Formats: sequence, C-alpha cells, structure tokens
Amino acid sequence: MVKSSQYSQPSDQRQAEFETDFLVVQDLVKAYPTAGGDPTVVLDNINLTVGANEFIAIIGHSGCGKSTLLKIVSGLEQATSGGVFLEGNPIKKPGADRMMVFQQYSLLPWLTVRENVRLAVNEVCDHLSPRDRTDLVEEHLAMVNLTPAAEKYPDELSGGMKQRVGIARALAIRPKMLLMDEPFGALDALTRGHLQRQVLDIWERNPQAVMMITHDVDEAIYMADRIVMMTNGPNAQIGEILEVPFDHPRDRTALRESKEYYELRNHALGFLDNYFEQMAA
Amino acid sequence: MQRKLRTRAAARLGRPESVKPPFRLPLERIVLPAIAFLVVLLVWWVIASFFTTLMPTPWEALVANLDYILNPFFRRGPGNLGIGWLLLASLRRVLLGFLLGTLVAIPVGFWIGLSPRAMMAINPLVQLFRPVSPVAWLPIALSIFNLANPSAIFVIFITSLWPTVINTALGVASVPKDYLDVAQVLEMPRWRQMIKIIWPASLPYIFTGLRLSLGIAWLVIVAVEMLTGGIGIGFFIWDEWNRLSLSSVFLAVVVIGLTGLVLDYAITLIERWVTHRPAKAM
Repeated sequence: MVKSSQYSQPSDQRQAEFETDFLVVQDLVKAYPTAGGDPTVVLDNINLTVGANEFIAIIGHSGCGKSTLLKIVSGLEQATSGGVFLEGNPIKKPGADRMMVFQQYSLLPWLTVRENVRLAVNEVCDHLSPRDRTDLVEEHLAMVNLTPAAEKYPDELSGGMKQRVGIARALAIRPKMLLMDEPFGALDALTRGHLQRQVLDIWERNPQAVMMITHDVDEAIYMADRIVMMTNGPNAQIGEILEVPFDHPRDRTALRESKEYYELRNHALGFLDNYFEQMAA
Repeated sequence: MQRKLRTRAAARLGRPESVKPPFRLPLERIVLPAIAFLVVLLVWWVIASFFTTLMPTPWEALVANLDYILNPFFRRGPGNLGIGWLLLASLRRVLLGFLLGTLVAIPVGFWIGLSPRAMMAINPLVQLFRPVSPVAWLPIALSIFNLANPSAIFVIFITSLWPTVINTALGVASVPKDYLDVAQVLEMPRWRQMIKIIWPASLPYIFTGLRLSLGIAWLVIVAVEMLTGGIGIGFFIWDEWNRLSLSSVFLAVVVIGLTGLVLDYAITLIERWVTHRPAKAM
C-alpha cells in the first residue's frame, strides 16, 4: 500500500506541497448516518492531487465509493470532513468549472442535440455574444462529429451518439476540469473503443485536468496518466496509485504489443482480484 | 414467396418462426373492430325487436336521425336547434371550465410538487374531494351563481382540478435527479431550473392530467346539463327521452363518443407539438 489510512498525517507539510497542485483532495471522509446510530463510512481519509493537465482514472469495485468521490469533487455531494480544493479554493457547491459527463448521459429529452449544448453554453457563457455562443456550440458539435445530427432529439440517437453530446456539452463550456463518471460504461465494446479514441484525441490536442471513474482496466491504462485504485467499501481508501509510463499520443495497438502494458495490466487486475476475493469471502 | 424465404432464413439462423407481431395485416385492424361493432349492433337489434317497444332498431334509428345528421346546424325556432349547435354549447361549457380548472390546477400542482409542506397541507383536501362526484357540487354552485350556465361551468372547473393537480405534482416531484444535477453543475439559479428543467420535464405528466381531466369533464357535462336544462347535448338526451324519442338518444350517444375521441386526440396532438415526444398510451 502506498497510501496510509491513518488520520494523523503531517497535514501542514502536505498543505505546503499541495499549494502548487491544481486539484487537491485532502483528508476526505464521507459518512452517511444510519438508523442504527453508527454512521456508515463510505470514503475513509482520501488524499489525492491532480495536476492541471493530468488525466486521472479512478478504478475500483462497485460500491467502493468512487462515484461518491467524483460527486464530492463536483460539489453535488458534501464531504463529512476534510475537503477538496481547486486551485487552492475549497469546493463547496457545484460549479461549471468542474463539468460532469454522466454515465447515463443526462441529456434533456425535450431539446435537440444542438439545444442541449446551447443550454449549457447559455447558462455558463453569459458574457459572450449570441454569435460567439453559436460558434462555440457549432465548434464542439463538429469536434465530436455530431453536426449532421444536431437537429435530432436524444431519443433518436444511439448510446454512443448520446455520450458524444454529453462530451460536447461538457467541453463547450470550457471547464477547468472534466469529471467523467463511467462515461463509456453503458456502451457496447466497439462504440466504447471508438469513443475512447475520440476523447483521447480531443484531450491530446487540448490537455486539461480530467478525473474519470471506470471499472475497466484497459480503458484506464489506455487513457490515463495515473490510475488510482480504490479498496473495497465501506471504509474505502486509496489502495495504490499506478503511474502509466506511456507518452501521448497513444496508439492502442502499439500499447498492446509492449511488455510494460501487460505488466501494468496484470498488476492492476491482480489488485482488483485480490479485493474481489476479499469481497466474496 | 417472400414469406417462404424469410422462413427459411429464420430456420437457418435457428430462430423460432413464431416471432411476429399479432396484427400484421392492416386489414385485420379494420375487420376485427368491425366485427365487434357488428356484435353490438346485433345485440341492440335483438333487444329492440324482442324486449321493448320503445327502442328503435339500428336501421330505424338511422332513418329517424337522417335529418339531424344531414343538417347539424339548423335553427327552427327557440329551443329547436340542430345537434351541431347543441354540441357547440356543451363544448363551450366544458372548454371554459376545463381552461379555468387548468389555470388553477397546474400552478397548485407545481407548488405542491416542489414543496413537501405544501403537499402536506393540500394533499388531504385533494384526497377528500377527488372521490366526490362533481355533480354533487351543482347545488352549491347554483346557490352561489343562481344561474344554470355559470354553475355548469363551475362544476366542470372543479372536475378538471384533481387529475391535473395530482399529475402535475407527481411530474414535478419525479423530475429525474440527473437533470437537476446537470442544472446544478451549470450553476443554474433555482427559478431558471423551474422554467428550463422542471417545467419541461414534467410536461408529459401534466398532459396526462389534462387528458384525464378533459375526459372526465366531458363525462360530467352530460349529467350536469340533464339537471340544469338549457341548450346542450346532455339536456337534449333528457328532453328526447321525455318525448320518448329514443332514436335521438342513440344519436347523442354516438356524437358524445366521437367528440370525446376527438378531444382526447386533440390533446395528444398538442402534447406531441409541445413536448416533441409522442404521447404516452393511456
């Protein structure tokens, strides 16, 4: 284990070294009250930093609280103790500087593709002229190859197309950080591969801080700079953080031919299997 | 030939052949309902021929009603109007009462859907009054308005309230959390969430309420008009019964049914136009 789970960390020292970091998760604990009296601790003392242009994947078994962690970073849920800081400012509520890509897309079904993206742009970029907003919307629709489908309603789209709208909507408002909650989890394998490539293309052209929840080891290695592996909940902690040593832009085929890829993959799978057996026991 | 090919292909793929929709021929969609209508006509004919002397057979009713059917908009002296005029008079009452009811029901439903305390305050009222036959409000309305027409409209108003209130509240309370999460992440102020998210997300529920309300209102107007008299399709039925002219009653039944269908269809059209989504089957 790389990270210790003890509460007594020399936090002032860490504070100093985190000041330069983009996103800091510090001594984060999330607990829910239960009827019995003892609160259920979901996340137990999470410490994590994300660099300004870093792609982080968070991986773990279902129920390990990885979605909760993302929700706290987004501001949709509150930490019980500890905190999250973006460029040194504590995160207290949701904000457009940390835009989410949702697993179930969360598109508004009464709006067309274009209107869905436009709604976000109108809400966040109120300093722009209508003309500039239109340009912004069109630019991001084109980025995810959705210009021909711009007038369609979400019901008329495939899962992959819906998630491309979700991604266009998230990127169009130019967030400081992108939060993705199993963005490809609901897609079939072929579409998933396509969309991973597309998102990675966009990110490689325009790197920014990304935090992605996933349960797919290959996806994590292919896309992320670092992989945060969580232990099982309740009382989930960060079990291990893996550095992914491959340079961007990445080529999936080339990756698969390297020995390092398999070592990394086996290591990650071993970690998950280990905790899976614990869970079954 | 084509069918055979399909069968063979299905067999090759190892799929059972019986996977096909029950109504494949468009003809069946016409023939089967036609049989059902014929059965009803037959039952009518049997009852009219062998059990009662007051009732016309279907054919006699049609002949007796030809004048009404061919000239729906005649005016032959006071109180002697074509069935089109009677229908319009009833429709006017229903639409007025329904509109007034909707204007009250949607904001109230919206409010109690948003606020659990408002729900606690108002829900018992709704639950108490909902099972009351709207016709029971007629004497109260008459005591207030002293006039038949406003009283009828008031009863329709009361009728239209409950389904719309309940469904609007349900719709507002069950807006998917995902949509609200999106709004929150976009830092949308609460009032704009109501306009941009909660209102459009609950529109399908609101329309369900409107359809139920209008359907019941159209049921109730017949009973109300029987009691209040005046010009209208409901009083027409009672009046014709008093003259023992049963064939006109049968005409009125068919006209009321068709009008109800058209009203329901009109709301689904509006719903489709407003929400860009097909109306839910009810």
